[in-house]
Amino acid sequence: MEDLTFRHTVPASAAGTRLQAIVGVVASGNLEVLAERVLSPTECLFEIRTAAEGFREVWTAVIADFVQRYSPGGLKLSVNDGGARPDTVALRLAQALRMMETGR
Amino acid sequence: MTNWQHGREERQARIGAAANLASGKLVAPQDVTRLLEAVMRPGDRVCLEGDNQKQADLLSGALLAVDTAKVNNLHMVQSGVVLPSHLDLFERGVARRLDFAYSGPQSARIASLLFGGKIELGAVHTYLELFARYFIDLTPNVALIAAVSADRHGNLYTGPNTEDTPTVVEATAFKDGIVIAQVNDVVDELPRIDIPGDRVHFVVKSDKPFFVEPLFTRDPAAITEGQILTAMLAIKGIYAPYGVQRLNHGIGFSTAAIELLLPTYGEALGLKGKIASHFALNPHPALIPAIESGWVKQIHSFGSEVGMEDYIRARPDVYFTGPDGSLRSNRAFCQVAGLYACDMFIGSTLQLDLQGNSSTVTASRIAGFGGAPNMGSDARGRRHPSEPWLQAGREADPETSPMLRRGRKLVVQIGETFGDRNVPLFVEKLDALALAAKLRLDLAPVMIYGDDVTHIVTEEGIANLLHCRNAVEREQAIRGVAGYTEVGRGRDAKAVERLRERRVIVRPEDIGIDPLDADRNLLAARSIKDLVRWSGGLYSAPSRFRNW
Repeated sequence: MEDLTFRHTVPASAAGTRLQAIVGVVASGNLEVLAERVLSPTECLFEIRTAAEGFREVWTAVIADFVQRYSPGGLKLSVNDGGARPDTVALRLAQALRMMETGR
Repeated sequence: MTNWQHGREERQARIGAAANLASGKLVAPQDVTRLLEAVMRPGDRVCLEGDNQKQADLLSGALLAVDTAKVNNLHMVQSGVVLPSHLDLFERGVARRLDFAYSGPQSARIASLLFGGKIELGAVHTYLELFARYFIDLTPNVALIAAVSADRHGNLYTGPNTEDTPTVVEATAFKDGIVIAQVNDVVDELPRIDIPGDRVHFVVKSDKPFFVEPLFTRDPAAITEGQILTAMLAIKGIYAPYGVQRLNHGIGFSTAAIELLLPTYGEALGLKGKIASHFALNPHPALIPAIESGWVKQIHSFGSEVGMEDYIRARPDVYFTGPDGSLRSNRAFCQVAGLYACDMFIGSTLQLDLQGNSSTVTASRIAGFGGAPNMGSDARGRRHPSEPWLQAGREADPETSPMLRRGRKLVVQIGETFGDRNVPLFVEKLDALALAAKLRLDLAPVMIYGDDVTHIVTEEGIANLLHCRNAVEREQAIRGVAGYTEVGRGRDAKAVERLRERRVIVRPEDIGIDPLDADRNLLAARSIKDLVRWSGGLYSAPSRFRNW
């Protein structure tokens, strides 16, 4: 297990008013993302607990792209990862954000 | 006087040596090893029918039991090295040299026998290439083949899995070789004759049916959202703009996803009748929903697929069938069809390098090529035009005058940037190079050469290599769809953006695809049971795929 934390400052807050959302499942090759609207609008925080060690660089890149693309201000995103591939991680993060925005 | 009949006399002598073991052409199963000892000579070239799917397993076992004082150092020339006994022959010294095309399940062991010097490797071929050599410099002295049934004259019915048999028999029987067939049954009247009896010298009735592997069944339940996304990209970003109607699909999950998206996503895009109508393809169960929805006009097959027999029988407008109603497959003809009459090959691979060379060889596995290099290459002898072929040719070479310009086959590599256990698809250097150095091969086993690849599709987008004008652009186009792999993270971001402006790289959003729409609900069937339902109960899924 490895714990990783990333904190970013962003220009805008995540859309929508929903306070909490959860997507995905904790399973091998998959991951669960819990999104909570608990921070100030220009802050976002990622707390990652992953089964696969030694992928810090990849996580850094995936999260940086996600932040740049969506500006998820105000969100704390907790990730419970079962060794998912980076593209699956990016997809689940986007799904969590959509759920915060639209509730689906 | 010169004797011009050495081969014929030799064959007669060998058949004569086995006369006391046969009643007519029939040989009892317990006498097969003695039969082989009688008709074989040390160093013979032997084709032990190991196809992609069906296996002459009884004959393989019998050959393994020969007295190595009588039969040894054989040169095996067979397309598939699939059964453990195929390799036991080399451990025992029955065989020494090997020319083959495919080794799927034995890929790790074949590598270790090569490293250990137990196998002297001729070459790894494509199917069509090995078949070609059967007629030039690798003609078998003895062929050991498998069929469903025989009559007393040695006529053979191969059933749906005809596969390589006609080719192997043609090369052997007409060049003074000996053909021995194992059959499941000996009957008075055959449903149809696939191999005429005058080409078959001995027939053995096996106690159990020959082994056939269901190689082309992909369980829709295992298809991921990433594979669905790549399939959406392929359909909207390649099939549609080129109008690809004649094609071959590889066996991976991404192409299974494409098959299952045709009646849903493809229908919604209004593409029915415009794409994916004529296939060189095994009877993939995943294509059933598209067939049932009226997408597919015609399919010619290399082999059959376990469980598809009744479905095929009920759909003769789509498949090639014999007077008995069952499928007639033929690997050599279907490979030729894929090479010359298809405008696109789309399939997955294990490794892609910075110039687009692809390989399924890893440091410890030699899986062979099968048909992919043939399907996935431009046929330089092709002369008939078609819209996709002309369009690809135009993109590759806009300068040459249209009347003198070659077209191009679309050769598409599709896959997710990371495979099983997070192994990257993209690499700086193929493992095949290290393997070639270790085995001192003249050539690294490259499955599809980069200059034949026209498109690479990943969840990050499509790279159209036809638009690349030099090696630098090509490398950045590949890095630009390589996602978070080291190769992908090593991209020149500005160069990749410029390629995107020129549409060399196309992102999902550039063609109106939202990755969040890549949902399993888009699949026309989400389980094997759904496929059975689509087939009206005609598809009979092999037990290992049933969970009900």
